[in-house]
This record gives sequence, C-alpha cells and structure tokens, in this order.
Amino acid sequence: MDHEAAKAIGAGIAVIALAGVGIGIGNIFSSLVTSVARNPSARDQVFGLGILGFALTEAVALFALLIAFLILFT
Amino acid sequence: MAAGEASIDALGQFKLHTVFGPIGASVNFTQSNLLMVVAGALTLAFLYFGAKPQAVIPGRLQAAAELAYDFIYNLVNDQIGHEGKKFFPFVFTLFFFILFGNLLGLLPFTFTFTSHIAVTGALAIMVIVLVTVVALSIHGWKFFSYFWPHGAPIALAPIIVPVEVISYLSRPVSLSIRLFANMVAGHVMFEVFATFMVMMAGAGVIGYVGAVGPLALNVILMGFELLVAALQAYVFAVLTCIYLHDAVHLH
Repeated sequence: MDHEAAKAIGAGIAVIALAGVGIGIGNIFSSLVTSVARNPSARDQVFGLGILGFALTEAVALFALLIAFLILFT
Repeated sequence: MAAGEASIDALGQFKLHTVFGPIGASVNFTQSNLLMVVAGALTLAFLYFGAKPQAVIPGRLQAAAELAYDFIYNLVNDQIGHEGKKFFPFVFTLFFFILFGNLLGLLPFTFTFTSHIAVTGALAIMVIVLVTVVALSIHGWKFFSYFWPHGAPIALAPIIVPVEVISYLSRPVSLSIRLFANMVAGHVMFEVFATFMVMMAGAGVIGYVGAVGPLALNVILMGFELLVAALQAYVFAVLTCIYLHDAVHLH
C-alpha cells in the first residue's frame, strides 16, 4: 500500500469519532426541545445551557477533524 | 496556483511572517502580533466611543457597549456569585480579546491569531494560574481538599486523588485546544472548498457551473464561522467563570 492511500484511510478512520458527536448533539437538542416543550417559560435559561453543551460537544468533533487534517496535509 | 494540477495547501495560511519591513523583522513582529494589537485597540476604541456620549437614550454604539457590559456582568454574577465582581474586568478583557481575534480573522487578507496554540495556550495558562493563585490565597492549605470529594471511601484515595489532579491539570489543555481546533478547522475548511472551486474552474465550461457548489458552501460556512467565533469566545469566558467559581467556593 502506498503512502497516499494509507494517509487517506487514516484520515477516514480518524473521523469515526464524529458518530459519537452526532449522537451527543442529537441528545442535547432533543433534551432541549423536550424541556422547552414542558416549560416554555424556562426557554431563555435552558437555551444558553444547550448552546454551551453544543459547543463543548462540537469541540470533540473538531479535535477529530483536526487530526484528520493533520494526517492529510502534513 | 495553476488550475488543473492544483493541490490543497490548507495549512499554509497559518504561517507567520514579519511585517513592517526590516524594523519588524529585527524584533520578530509578525502579522499575528499586529492583529493582537489591532484587536486590543478595537476593544478599547469600542468601549471608549461607546461610553463617551453618556446619553440617557443611548445611540447605536453606546447601546452595543452597554449590552456587552451587561452581558459579561450578568455572566460573571450568575456563575461566580457575589465575589465575582472583582474578576469582571479580567473576564471582560479575555472575552473581547478572543472575540475580536476570531472575528478579525474572518476578514480577507488578515490572520487569526487564535488559530495558534501558542496564543490560546498562553491565555489558558494565564487563566489556570490565576484560578490556582485565587484558590490558594482564599483557602490556604484547605485548597488541597478540592482533590478529595466529600464522603468518598478512604480506600479509594489512591485512585480518586490522581484522577482529580489530572482532571484539574487537563483544564488548560482542553481550554486551549478547543479554541485553537475550532479556528483551525474552520479556516482549513474554507481553504479546502476554495481549492475545490479553483480545481473545478480548471475543468472547463462545465466546471464553471460546478464551481458554484463549493462557492455556495463557503458562503454558508462563513455564516457558521461567525457563529463559532462568538460562541467560542463565550465558551472560553464561561469556562473561566466556572473555574473561578470552583476556586472561590471549593466545590
């Protein structure tokens, strides 16, 4: 197997982590929708928390993406 | 880049080069430093011209400055509590430095200084040193009880204490890498799709039509990156507040 092919496969494997991130973000927003539906007046407080959780989860996706980019471009 | 045989050079945009000719080169003044100075100056100018009119009915700039002040003030008060007031200037400075750094990087021909781990790492180390110093000065030796959760069985001490210490020490790492990775990933994505555009345009008339796809994607990405720029500055400020809360209250 030549070098370039191995790089492409490695980058592909590196972004498998995105499966977990997808589950996580789906979870956060489903909980957000549920809680707003139960208590619409709490929307402002819960929304900030949801966005914070989204940012923290999304960071994990970007770690994986960064590793993939490092494999591909360096 | 010659069309057709283009290759993706995604990380080239993060290379540093000195500015202001030989004077800048002699003191290693790079475009990253220049953008930091601009970000600091913009923050000061924003607050100076926002606070100057002191009108009862604020104009647009004054309203923006007051909104920003209120936003960070409420954040600090909610997260840290009453003692948080003395940390407000620090969190405010941190938030605006990072926010302006992220936003300036989205303008063409500029540079995102937050995309260098040296910069975000320095900011994160500053935060963690401050947090530790505050905790030590308020609680003295009692600070070390922070690494021991209440009511844990004593037999677990050899496991719990190292885990707590490692999680404490990994805070600056995750804080700096989060910001740095967000910025790098965003800008690399821009570069990759822009290169796709050039590659497609090299393929002839059909390519010109196809190149609209990556262009549209880049436009959408730009909107997303504006969100990310503000969000990451907010997350950095919120996490700083949470760490400071831990330092002030210990658990």
